[in-house]
Amino acid sequence: MMGAMSTRERVLWYLGALAIVLYALFPVAWIISLSFKSQGDLTDRNFLPRNPSWGNYETIFSGSARDLFLPALRNSLGICLIATFVSVVLAMFAAYAIARLDFPGKRLILSTALVVAIFPAISIVTPLFNLWRGIGLYDTWPGLIIPYLSLTLPISIWTLAAFFREIPWEMEQAAQVDGATSWQAFRKVIVPLAAPGVFTTAIISFFIAWNDFIYGISLTSTEASRPVPAALAFFTGASQFEEPTGAITAAAVVVTIPVVVLVLLFQRRIVAGLTNGAVKG
Amino acid sequence: MSTTTMPPTKAPKTEPKSAPKGALSDRARSERRLGWMLAGPAFAIMLLVTAYPIVQAFYESLFDYRLTDPDNRSFTWFSNYAVILTDSIWWQALGVTVGITVVTVAVELVLGFALAMVMHKAITSVRPVVRTAILIPYAIITVVSAFAWWYGFNLTSGFVNTWLGLGDYDWFGDTLPALAIICLSEIWKTTPFISLLLLAGLAQVPEVLQEAAKVDGATWLQRLWKVTIPNMKAAIMVALLFRALDAFRIFDNIFIMTRGNNNTESVSFLAYRQTISRLEIGLGSALSVLVFLCVVLIAVVFIKGFKVDLASARGEK
Amino acid sequence: MAAITMNHIVKRYGDGFPAVNDVSLDIADGEFMILVGPSGCGKSTLLRMIVGLEDITSGDMLIGGQRVNEKSPRERNLSMVFQNYALYPHLSVFENIAFPLRLAGTSDAEVKKRVQDAADVLELREHLERKPANLSGGQRQRVAMGRAIVRQADAFLFDEPLSNLDAKLRGQMRTEIARLQRRLGVTTVYVTHDQTEAMTLGDRVAVLRKGVLQQVASPRELYEQPVNLFVAGFIGSPPMNFLPATVQGAALRTPFGDLHLDDRRAKAVAGHDLVIVGLRPGHFEDASLVEEDKRRHGSVFRAMVDVTEWLGDQQYAYIPFEAPAEITAQLRDLSRELDSDQMRTQAIVEIDAMSRLREGREAEFWVDTRKAHVFDPKTGTNLTRDAEAGARMTEEVAQERAEQLTETREGRVTAG
Repeated sequence: MMGAMSTRERVLWYLGALAIVLYALFPVAWIISLSFKSQGDLTDRNFLPRNPSWGNYETIFSGSARDLFLPALRNSLGICLIATFVSVVLAMFAAYAIARLDFPGKRLILSTALVVAIFPAISIVTPLFNLWRGIGLYDTWPGLIIPYLSLTLPISIWTLAAFFREIPWEMEQAAQVDGATSWQAFRKVIVPLAAPGVFTTAIISFFIAWNDFIYGISLTSTEASRPVPAALAFFTGASQFEEPTGAITAAAVVVTIPVVVLVLLFQRRIVAGLTNGAVKG
Repeated sequence: MSTTTMPPTKAPKTEPKSAPKGALSDRARSERRLGWMLAGPAFAIMLLVTAYPIVQAFYESLFDYRLTDPDNRSFTWFSNYAVILTDSIWWQALGVTVGITVVTVAVELVLGFALAMVMHKAITSVRPVVRTAILIPYAIITVVSAFAWWYGFNLTSGFVNTWLGLGDYDWFGDTLPALAIICLSEIWKTTPFISLLLLAGLAQVPEVLQEAAKVDGATWLQRLWKVTIPNMKAAIMVALLFRALDAFRIFDNIFIMTRGNNNTESVSFLAYRQTISRLEIGLGSALSVLVFLCVVLIAVVFIKGFKVDLASARGEK
Repeated sequence: MAAITMNHIVKRYGDGFPAVNDVSLDIADGEFMILVGPSGCGKSTLLRMIVGLEDITSGDMLIGGQRVNEKSPRERNLSMVFQNYALYPHLSVFENIAFPLRLAGTSDAEVKKRVQDAADVLELREHLERKPANLSGGQRQRVAMGRAIVRQADAFLFDEPLSNLDAKLRGQMRTEIARLQRRLGVTTVYVTHDQTEAMTLGDRVAVLRKGVLQQVASPRELYEQPVNLFVAGFIGSPPMNFLPATVQGAALRTPFGDLHLDDRRAKAVAGHDLVIVGLRPGHFEDASLVEEDKRRHGSVFRAMVDVTEWLGDQQYAYIPFEAPAEITAQLRDLSRELDSDQMRTQAIVEIDAMSRLREGREAEFWVDTRKAHVFDPKTGTNLTRDAEAGARMTEEVAQERAEQLTETREGRVTAG
């Protein structure tokens, strides 16, 4: 069947694939192209830059947008990594309990995770805005990390529970018969089996935190904690009459790089994680 | 990241999982305790970051309260709701939001299904390339995607008008074209997710059913309609539910592209504007509660009305 | 190497249901013991109690004379082949086999040598670098065995190791396991629900029913001198035929005519009214093909042939019969308990492949009454069991085995 594929069919597949790749990369290519345009060319309404330059990157790393972008990048990285770490660790405990232990309330926890996952962020933002101002969490890292958990924790629990359910836990027993202590069985058998799932969950969770905008603009006011997506919305040009297009696009490209690298390295696992969590979780 | 830091408290239990039901009762009890000890913190945090704020929001929605004028805070029962529900701005925003939801979800379902079919059937040499490509829109920051589409269509830097020869047509000058671009950006970014869910659904339809249908004389289209789609209905409904709820919360794209101008405001954006920009805590809270209720309504309609069986979609049966 | 002794072992779960009830069993050093029974009879639970994966509610478990009830699996030095093999998916075949040695801190050179040796025995040499996911079912099975034999365990435990293989492979692996066990002379406990495996592999077979030990004996004794209806019905394929009968002095009146009993049997059934007669399919023959001097050891009857199955070297005929309601109910319960679902009361008889019996016609059959067993329908007890003859059979096997073991071990000593 597969072997009997004609050249024509093969070419069609390649064309189809090419179309999908174009679809996926076209807007990315456009923003990269913009980021390399020099200040004068930004408004030429041409797809490709006429005189490619690193000027916009200089603006965000050492020029006028430096004080906006670099703190934002630091905030984004720090806040997202911490939120990811916390939610994956908590989700690991919860998912282990859900996958391995028999206790009433399993379904309650999974349903709660589902409800939290569909919770509109705006409904959390309004009360938190008021509360955070009252207790001094407004415009701080913890002030963002806590609401980020509402984004990352549910998906982490679902994804990890799906992964943990597929771990052949009887391996633990096999290892014990083979002469392992409980700790050895855990470290040599369960950890290597669970690690890919935990790692994938961490990536997906990081993507979600990294993507946040609504908390970022609502619960911060300065570079003390404002993350990149929010900062992009506050970029201004070198002068009042200049559009900040160059700086925004360069910054957008910079924050897209880690995401693309993760996708390229772990595409198979990410797909497994997304579909496991949502369809089978 | 956190892969090697699994704490030892999770060390394996010595009793086998496959032990028949009803092991010693004190063991069962300790298992319950351990279960809640492990899952409890995550559960508590989830409640804390959602249940508490929504209760707080409801409480504050009963007050006439501006942050700039804290002395005149007064309890006014449901008057904020009355104000909102009698104002055309709310209904306009709701209409826009529902419109965006319906259009994007419908287009994404068709497009996502096509993508999923391609990935499902694709020859092995193409599959990883396609998979990697479609993950990029998924993983990219929504704000970045919004900027990309905005810069593509706007008057100062956009290449689209050049390519289409539209001269100085202002896409963002009117409600419908502006909403179209907003939808476009949303569709581009989220179709991959829906297609992955549908792909997983497709993979659950046994190949032998296709073969049986072929033998029974079904055409390609008949197989799609009568075999494939009915057998992945659960996956489709789950994908629809998640995407509909997600689309209803649309905010980032609107903020970046139009800031709600030209009647492109969504309900989330309206709530944001009341609270954060105008500091109308009372009104903003009431809007938050209403958005929340809308989301609950959609979920209930899906789960009860369309009988979305999350359990079966999760392969538990 | 060690003997395994179980004294009054009980496993009771929270709801009070005893999964294993008062089992006492001595497994001799080097012996191949089979635990067999229908699903849910407690055989796997018993095995898991030996290896330490399941707590023992009461009773003593001794391995090599030492009580091991409180010992963890690790301290018992047993190796086990799991039903689904339990291969570590993240490790190569080599590392899977080496796993117990690595845990014991064996030196690299030694690990390499031992794994290679095991791989040679199991013909896994060319697969050592592959991952379990890329192996066929039979290969996985052999890797699991490799992991079991690579270290000097005191006993091998097998938990239905062949049930995931197809029929042909199952046959091959069965002989492989037998050969390996004879060669290594290690005490082995093997759980199965497949009676062919039980009959071919075991020195002795322990038959379990609902957690209770029914009979422990050599396959031959089980086959020829079963203690009760359950064992008689479980051992043998096609299964023993059970016919209702009424005692008429020294004769049994059955749907297939009167069967005459010898003095010993007649004495044993005296005082009973309604009984169940057990006749193995092989004890029947097409009467027209039976020589005259053999004929007088049995009786001849006419019956309607429902279906015949011709298998080349043998032939089966199905003969329906009527039975009183109480017997039918009893037989149906038994058949359900034996994991089969016999709907009708019929006898399966094995006749010569040359026989020309026709379906739907009446035919004349001969049955060898010398081998008939008579069971009490209420208790299921075999009334006509010859315990002495049975014990002799098992004794013979044990002796044979002991000689073989000595040879193996001496051979090993001189070779090593």
